[in-house]
Amino acid sequence: MMSDPCIQVDKGQVMKLTINGTPRSCDYPDNAFAVYALRNDLDLKGVRMGCGDGHCGACTILVDGVPTTSCDLPFGALEGKHVITPEGVGTVTHPHPIQAAVLAEQPGQCGFCLSGILMRSVALVDSGKHLTETDVRAALDKHLCRCGSQPRIIKAVMAALEKVQTV
Amino acid sequence: MKPVILARGFAKNSLDKNPTIGHWLDFGQTKLVSLSVGKVDFGQGISTALAQIAAQELHVALHQIIHRPINTQDSPDEGVTSGSFSIEHSGEAVRMACATIKTIAIERFCTLNAVKPASVSIEDGVLRSSSTAHVMSYWDLHLDDQATTPVVQHAREHATSVLRYVGQPVPRLDLQKKLFGGPSFIQDMVLEGMLHCRILRAPNRAGRIDTVDASAFQQKFPDVELVRDGSFLGVLAKREEVAVAAITHLESLVTWHLPATLPDCNDLKTFLTTCPSEQRIVGEVHSKVASPDNLTHVESWYQRPYIAHASIGPSCALAQWDNNQLEIWSHSQGIYNLKSDIEVYLRRELSEGTAPKVVIHHMEGAGCYGHNPADDVAFDAALLARHAQGRPVRLLWSRAAELSCGPSGSAHLVKLEANVAEDGSIHNWTHTIWSNGYTSRPGRSEPGNLAFVAAAELAHPFTTPVSLDPPMSAGGGGDRNALPLYDLPDYKVVYNRLLEMPIRTSAIRALGGYTNVWAIECFMDELALSLKQDPIAFRLRHLSDPRAIAVIRQAVDQAPWWLVRSNDEEGVGRGFAYARYKNTGAWCAVAVRILAGTSVRVTDISVAADVGLVINPDGVKSQLEGGAVQSCSWTLKEELTFNRQSITTRSWEDYPILMFSETPAVTVSLIDQPNEPSVGAGEATQGPTAAAIGNAVHDALGVRVRQLPIHMKNILAAT
Repeated sequence: MMSDPCIQVDKGQVMKLTINGTPRSCDYPDNAFAVYALRNDLDLKGVRMGCGDGHCGACTILVDGVPTTSCDLPFGALEGKHVITPEGVGTVTHPHPIQAAVLAEQPGQCGFCLSGILMRSVALVDSGKHLTETDVRAALDKHLCRCGSQPRIIKAVMAALEKVQTV
Repeated sequence: MKPVILARGFAKNSLDKNPTIGHWLDFGQTKLVSLSVGKVDFGQGISTALAQIAAQELHVALHQIIHRPINTQDSPDEGVTSGSFSIEHSGEAVRMACATIKTIAIERFCTLNAVKPASVSIEDGVLRSSSTAHVMSYWDLHLDDQATTPVVQHAREHATSVLRYVGQPVPRLDLQKKLFGGPSFIQDMVLEGMLHCRILRAPNRAGRIDTVDASAFQQKFPDVELVRDGSFLGVLAKREEVAVAAITHLESLVTWHLPATLPDCNDLKTFLTTCPSEQRIVGEVHSKVASPDNLTHVESWYQRPYIAHASIGPSCALAQWDNNQLEIWSHSQGIYNLKSDIEVYLRRELSEGTAPKVVIHHMEGAGCYGHNPADDVAFDAALLARHAQGRPVRLLWSRAAELSCGPSGSAHLVKLEANVAEDGSIHNWTHTIWSNGYTSRPGRSEPGNLAFVAAAELAHPFTTPVSLDPPMSAGGGGDRNALPLYDLPDYKVVYNRLLEMPIRTSAIRALGGYTNVWAIECFMDELALSLKQDPIAFRLRHLSDPRAIAVIRQAVDQAPWWLVRSNDEEGVGRGFAYARYKNTGAWCAVAVRILAGTSVRVTDISVAADVGLVINPDGVKSQLEGGAVQSCSWTLKEELTFNRQSITTRSWEDYPILMFSETPAVTVSLIDQPNEPSVGAGEATQGPTAAAIGNAVHDALGVRVRQLPIHMKNILAAT
């Protein structure tokens, strides 16, 4: 069932936050869910909307470095925070190690779930922790993939971790 | 190296309606070839493979091929993108179109430069002759005057020892944009001034609205437009979060009449065998010799529940009904059929000459595994666009609707019977099926019927057609893969297609091939074990097709864990299965290793497949691997749930799918057959993986689970 967002549409306020390194402000109802503000008002379509219940992980963003689903997160919770979306992870010429690993492993079938998985994997790779495949699988359990790309996604994350840890 | 002959023979399906060069190719932009196709991408990577075929045949670089957007105005009508036919049909048509224009270009070049065709080579679209220094490109040769030239159906075959693109693991053309957050899906599309829409739908397709408190709704959401036509309910808002809030509020203001039309979720066998049905003999062979004496009769029933498509991205459509044109953006697998069914509605609603012209644009959606709600949401959007009077609308279905209101894969029951002799021979094989049909896609409706879910909700409703099946020439539906692949002296296959459809069913990956192969391949293990024979040796005894034998040997030979059992912990089991998809497609064998504890976990899968000439080995492996993992999910976990009035599967909590921690390690190998026609790979692993798991569970626990999914409840029930 859809959660009740309890929006007071006439009580929007200007929110200040940093998105992908750039200070932004957004006039948006602070108790509406962040995914709509990010996608529609801030034009960050890399944040995919999958379920609206926080179950599938497609809408995951980094909030002060912590992977967080944005479809069940009140926008007001982002006040003053540093937010990273898929648009802010790396570039084609300077990809993040996880993006380079994904391009090498080719785990994309439809690629819809990849946005959220990318964000959690960035947090895993950037954590500097030594992680086993079991750790990675457990972390990715917050995401669903329907095309069956899981084996290649796991390989890509492990490859990125290995690369970072051997540098 | 042997000369390579690219496959031929299937292109007729695509070329009949689209016979000229201009249907497929355009050379209007310098150094670029614009490729038009009617087969659409939905996660399987077909556009990459088709670009490879075109680049190979034309001798241009891959980046010189650009795909034209697919729509009902300009693109070749290649029917529905389904059934693993895209490489066979579209791939061949594209190759022949390219071969035809290349031949014309060479002739033109030779005439202009007075050289012989045998002296000509082409690289990146530039033609050279060993007899002259003069070079010309396709674009210098002004090929744009060839749009109406017919594609030569038996264009000269391309023979070369070096294939630059075909057979190469070319990376997916679409992945990079998706990975860097670019707008890639229909859900990301924006039309200026578009209204954000949501719909509310009963949790049973027979449900109807009893009451709606529209005034209370408008009081709370005065700026949101409420649309009602019979039991079709939608809201239109300027902002998406407002549409979400509005539809959530509306849900509390509606009461439904929900008749008890759904079957007993816990006794689908009774429903399937007592529901009125149409019986058909799928195939029957009588033995010419008498059966031996001392036969042992074996009989088993296998049952799959209803399952959901459960795409990660909810279905979406955009529409704009402006003056005389209704434009729709859709992730449908069959935009031409969608168009024709929307026109059925328009013809009924509007007097002749006033109906708008319908144009449908394809936009990629999230992964699609058959007839999901893509067409339904497009029709919903058309209804909302009619109300919006020129303003564009964007409709996104909810997760609850995605799981409970879209077409599902039918519950499917199989009874298998056979008599086995002590020498291992099989006699009197009988395969009986009870299932709903496997397609209610648009474009196949009878007069007065319309397959969209909303069509039955309208104040002036259409009848929902009961799902049918594709003909056996297209692979069949409920009877897909029911004809035995083994060399049997006699057999009979009977299909009871249900004539009532309390739960809407349609095409889902592999159609009936999933359950039929699961049943047949578990039954083969049952027969082998009843004779105390090795299941693989038993299969090989009944197979003469060398390509079948090759994949079977490869699947186990490449799995280091198949034979070494000495270090097994308790609960480890191994299982094997084989099928040739649709009996005419890819040969595929699957071996699995599982660990059965408090639940069954598949730890390893080994897939061997023969898909003929491989266009993109990495793409084929990815499809086979993805199919195997999805089949694990179906087989171990998935089941649509309902009570007599409502489908109760409404969120991911109600419909668990395979998680990362449950994902097996998968090895895929392809048996190279460069001189054989290409066949599709996308659905070949569904059935064999399921049966291999079933056989492995028996190996581990000694329990034969004949009711899917193989979760603890069904294991305990089978014990």
